[in-house]
Amino acid sequence: MVELLRQAWAVARKDLLLEFRTRTAIVSAAVFAALVLMVFNFGRDPTAVATIDLAPTILWVTFTFAAMLALNRAFQLELENQALEGLLVSPLNRTSLYWGKLIANLAFVAVVEAVGLPLFVLFFNVPVWHVLAPLVGVIALATLGFVAVGTLFSALVVRTRFAELLLVVILLPFLVPPLMGAVQLTARLFGGRPLSEVVGYLKLLAAYDIVFVSLASILFRFTVDE
Amino acid sequence: MTLAQRGRWITLVALALLGAVYVRALMFTPLERMQGAAQKIFYIHVPAAIWTEGAMILLGLAGILFLFLKDPRLDRFAEASAEVGTVFATIVLTTGPLWGKPIWGTWWTWDARLTSTLFLFFLYVGYLLMRGAVREPGLRARYAAVLGVCGMFLVPFIHLSVFLFPTLHPQPIILKPSAPSLPGTMLETWLFSLGVFTLLYVGLVTQRYAVSLLREARQTVGGDHA
Amino acid sequence: MLWAEGLRHAFGRVVALDDVSFSLTPGQTLAIFGPNGAGKTTLLKVLAGLIRPQGGTARVDGGRRAIGWIGHQSHLYGHLTVLENLLFWASLYGVPAARRRPRAGEVLARLAMTDRSDQPVWSLSRGLVQRAAIAKALMHDPGVLLLDEPFTGLDLAAAAEFRALLAELRGAGRVLVLATHNVDEGVELSTHVAFQRRGRFVHFAPRGGRGAAEIAEAYRRAMTDG
Repeated sequence: MVELLRQAWAVARKDLLLEFRTRTAIVSAAVFAALVLMVFNFGRDPTAVATIDLAPTILWVTFTFAAMLALNRAFQLELENQALEGLLVSPLNRTSLYWGKLIANLAFVAVVEAVGLPLFVLFFNVPVWHVLAPLVGVIALATLGFVAVGTLFSALVVRTRFAELLLVVILLPFLVPPLMGAVQLTARLFGGRPLSEVVGYLKLLAAYDIVFVSLASILFRFTVDE
Repeated sequence: MTLAQRGRWITLVALALLGAVYVRALMFTPLERMQGAAQKIFYIHVPAAIWTEGAMILLGLAGILFLFLKDPRLDRFAEASAEVGTVFATIVLTTGPLWGKPIWGTWWTWDARLTSTLFLFFLYVGYLLMRGAVREPGLRARYAAVLGVCGMFLVPFIHLSVFLFPTLHPQPIILKPSAPSLPGTMLETWLFSLGVFTLLYVGLVTQRYAVSLLREARQTVGGDHA
Repeated sequence: MLWAEGLRHAFGRVVALDDVSFSLTPGQTLAIFGPNGAGKTTLLKVLAGLIRPQGGTARVDGGRRAIGWIGHQSHLYGHLTVLENLLFWASLYGVPAARRRPRAGEVLARLAMTDRSDQPVWSLSRGLVQRAAIAKALMHDPGVLLLDEPFTGLDLAAAAEFRALLAELRGAGRVLVLATHNVDEGVELSTHVAFQRRGRFVHFAPRGGRGAAEIAEAYRRAMTDG
């Protein structure tokens, strides 16, 4: 187990170092998030719909779309000089490879969310400070689930044609439960209601995380091994 | 008798029986007091919905078995099941609005049950697109199996979301924990219809499976010439 | 020690390995010649444990950790420096953290690349990249080196230099397996020669005193027979 985690960390560290060197993907994703927020701002009628009613949806659509951009990157960077082949002939455990990619993706999406959230607060004037801790908790819970599935799927599509488009198409149905739960929970938080009202959704998110992180960890090796 | 012919016969019998379901539903089953004639659509709608989900679950189970046994027959079955599932989802999505218009007063509502079928539909479409994007048969089967297993595990989560989301949709009438609250003749007609749809599923899958076999045989011949 | 017995593998109808058996002891170098698609890469991947053969067994003493892989692709990340790449791959091969930097220093000095260690890989010439790839493969001091078309993309001077390096690597009781479609390359390095055609070893023998021209003539005959 220690060895599995050590290898996973080696992969994640390498990915983050690569990302830090180029910064293209992370900057694009953050700019994309900012642009989506802006489009939402101009694409609604402020006199007809109160911002607070729309805010949770805006936040989550922005996060999930920006995250999907990020997910493509994970295995695409392994295509350079066939590095993926090198990983597979090495003693690297397949589950470690998946966990490494998952950790790097989570860090990546977390950065995009950390940029997106203040912009969201700024643009839409939603008071979040008094609910910041539970909000971050909800964001973490929802993000883990769909990034886990997205990381698995990005390994599936990486060698297909139109990989970017295909990833979005196969991933979207899987985004529904976490997105729905996250929007409902966020709405309660913004509305100043206690989370105890929506324990069901919290359980939904937690169950989704447990099921899909485990499932993806098991299934991942079938995406790379013959 | 070839497999294709057998499939065609089963399908024809199922279609004839479907006609019988409607004769029974229209002539010999009482009108529902509140909903009137529109309720008759329920004899198609609900069995089709059950098999939309059933096809996804069988596809997922075939996926699990494929990953361990590597038997191409399982992959052919999964592909067939996905296409038939797509057809059934389409039936649900067309009959739903037909019923919704007179009863709810609107063709489409973002009701959770209808929406969840819509997501199943997109799950099927994504699965089939994914198959189309991978040319190498072994790789395609493996990738499809991984996606299929994930799809199967998504079904309960779609259900959970359904129960949590505020909805207009009638609560399940037949599969609820207490005794079915459906008058006897209606239940009989419905069960008959469910049986017919099961037969329809078997017939269509058999035919589609035979088509896969023929296509593989043709490609092999073509490959030898190349 | 490297050992293969009765290996069989096919991708669909394409036979990649057909009853391949051989064994090599430390100090021996096998050169496998064959046209593209003859199954050379598949054989190397089976030896590396990347593909589980459908029939037969293959074993390398020490398993994956004892294997160094050099392909025509470098497996190096362009945006990391040579040193960072070496440290990353060494960590995957289980080289203890404290040993990695000294070992990288040794390997780079031996390959006369010490002054390049802090240069990003993308800025190196093709010949230097290939040399860095050798450094990567040597980091964990493998007992077996698998070389898959390592001359592809090298100009004449770089190829000559690379051959000289390989000649050096043969010492120290290493087993080398070299797969290439070009009979002119690698003959003089080998102690054993094999010709592979449609998955089958049509010729496997010690090289003895045969020179490149003699081998090339034998290869031409083996490939045109029947």
